[in-house]
Amino acid sequence: MSDPTHLTLVEARDALASKTLSAVELTQAHLDAIVKARALNAFITETPEQALRMAKASDARLARGEGGPLEGLPLGIKDLYCTKGVRTTAASRILDGFTPTYESAVSANLWRDGAVMLGKLNLDEFAMGSSNETSAFGPVVSPWRRKQGEGFDSAKIVPGGSSGGSSAAVAARLCLGATATDTGGSIRQPAAFTGTVGIKPTYGRCSRWGIVAFASSLDQAGPIARTVRDAAILLRSMAGHDPKDTTSVDAPVPDYEAAVGASIKGRRIGVPQEYRLNGMAAEIASLWDEGVKWLREAGAEVVDISLPHTRHALPAYYILAPAEASSNLARYDGVRYGLREPGRDVTEMYEKTRAKGFGAEVRRRIMIGTYVLSAGYYDAYYVRAQKIRGLIKRDFDEAFARGVDAVLTPATPSTAFAHGEKGSSDPVEMYLNDVFTVTVNMAGLPGIVAPGAIASDGLPLGLQLIGRPFDETTLFSLAAAIERAAGRIALPAPWWNETK
Amino acid sequence: MSVDQAIVRRIAHLSRIAVEDAEVERLRHELNAILGFVEELSSVDVEGVEPLTSVLPMQMKKRADVVTDGAIKDEILANAPAREDHYFVVPKVVE
Repeated sequence: MSDPTHLTLVEARDALASKTLSAVELTQAHLDAIVKARALNAFITETPEQALRMAKASDARLARGEGGPLEGLPLGIKDLYCTKGVRTTAASRILDGFTPTYESAVSANLWRDGAVMLGKLNLDEFAMGSSNETSAFGPVVSPWRRKQGEGFDSAKIVPGGSSGGSSAAVAARLCLGATATDTGGSIRQPAAFTGTVGIKPTYGRCSRWGIVAFASSLDQAGPIARTVRDAAILLRSMAGHDPKDTTSVDAPVPDYEAAVGASIKGRRIGVPQEYRLNGMAAEIASLWDEGVKWLREAGAEVVDISLPHTRHALPAYYILAPAEASSNLARYDGVRYGLREPGRDVTEMYEKTRAKGFGAEVRRRIMIGTYVLSAGYYDAYYVRAQKIRGLIKRDFDEAFARGVDAVLTPATPSTAFAHGEKGSSDPVEMYLNDVFTVTVNMAGLPGIVAPGAIASDGLPLGLQLIGRPFDETTLFSLAAAIERAAGRIALPAPWWNETK
Repeated sequence: MSVDQAIVRRIAHLSRIAVEDAEVERLRHELNAILGFVEELSSVDVEGVEPLTSVLPMQMKKRADVVTDGAIKDEILANAPAREDHYFVVPKVVE
């Protein structure tokens, strides 16, 4: 058999079922690819022994005909998910030495269904970032490179963030799929930057229990994969009710895979004019138009809609998310886990521990969050931002009430940029990456990104579809139609392989 | 609204994050860039709009008020940077 890392998750599943490949062989091929790809820095922790142990158990279950839906399929886990007995860092120094004594609900669902863990994937520190450059374990390098003449530019490209290890590993074929999380775009923007598929499901679809919290009213788990069908299969296993997360929804999980390939005839797609930003790059606008054409050709009806409060979403997010983060990150105090710096008294111990343990972006967001929650500013900033969040959600509610099934938008305002290129002097420059994705978190809706084209710089571009609450099924059908029309993106050949 | 150096120091203390004197001016500049970015929200008409605290129109599930977990002292203390018997150890709080 040719290189098993080139299989999609579906193809690997079929190969295991027909016994043309064993789970151990499939896992070993990925472990070998991971070792050779260390230059990408996609993994914080590799777990080869555990992977092979799990693969062996999968082969035994498959031989007995007892395989689960993900039996023997090797995955990467974003290092924001707590994994029992395996170091979990959130890409922060402050969790130094932390080894959870419990397993996150979502990763536990994956192991229940037979998946194999290859290791823990790099991310922006506490998922705060859009380029994976804020990780305490160093930035992730995208497998993609910019075109220059007949060859490639030498600049290292970002894989997006915060789930940059997940997107890079999936695009570089280091795993069949990966878990990720999305608070303002952290699944969808990295997927767009790497030519992969990412879905942030509806708030409440996946349990947040055991995932290191950033902004609890916005955080959701979801997968990144190489095809829409692969993402559908992963989400079905990840999703579900969990009594330990009171915001997780007690509703059956549909068979998302069945939605892939379903007809989209007669579906009504809204195109929001407010997303057509001044100075929008011509390539972004033309891909968006192309997306409209593809969906029309597949039988959908496309209508213009208005989401008038769109432009306020990003500023309101940069009040609400830091406010929640400042509260959630109060737990890192040097007492119960992680780093501790000695101090003369308990306050100095807290202050020194947190100054040393948190990176610059995390410190900034905690401070902004603390400020907007402090006496005298709470109503002017925090409560006002919550009201604006209500207006943003109302915009979507009204569009859906008028019969729109889903909304089509660009995924990102540009292709991926190079390391160090954005946000070094002004943090807001980096925040603007999430301008098309953040509204979805504010309204709690599902959003999927699928690759649409390769831009003139040689880097991929994605399209985003936003759905009604808990209607991920429609998003999978629509994204599959885009994928079919756009054609599968050819992922980069492994220039990163270390030669021994 | 914008912050000055004194407010930066106050926020840092409320956040329990030590800042060096040399960092204060850079932090002031960065925090003001963010506050400048969110400034436009003050002109949005929010009259009569309820603050959105939950995107899900659902009642929070309640469970029976019974002990469902426990007796895992060793697990809880397993990651503590300093512990003694079954206690977390911290610097002296009361003189």
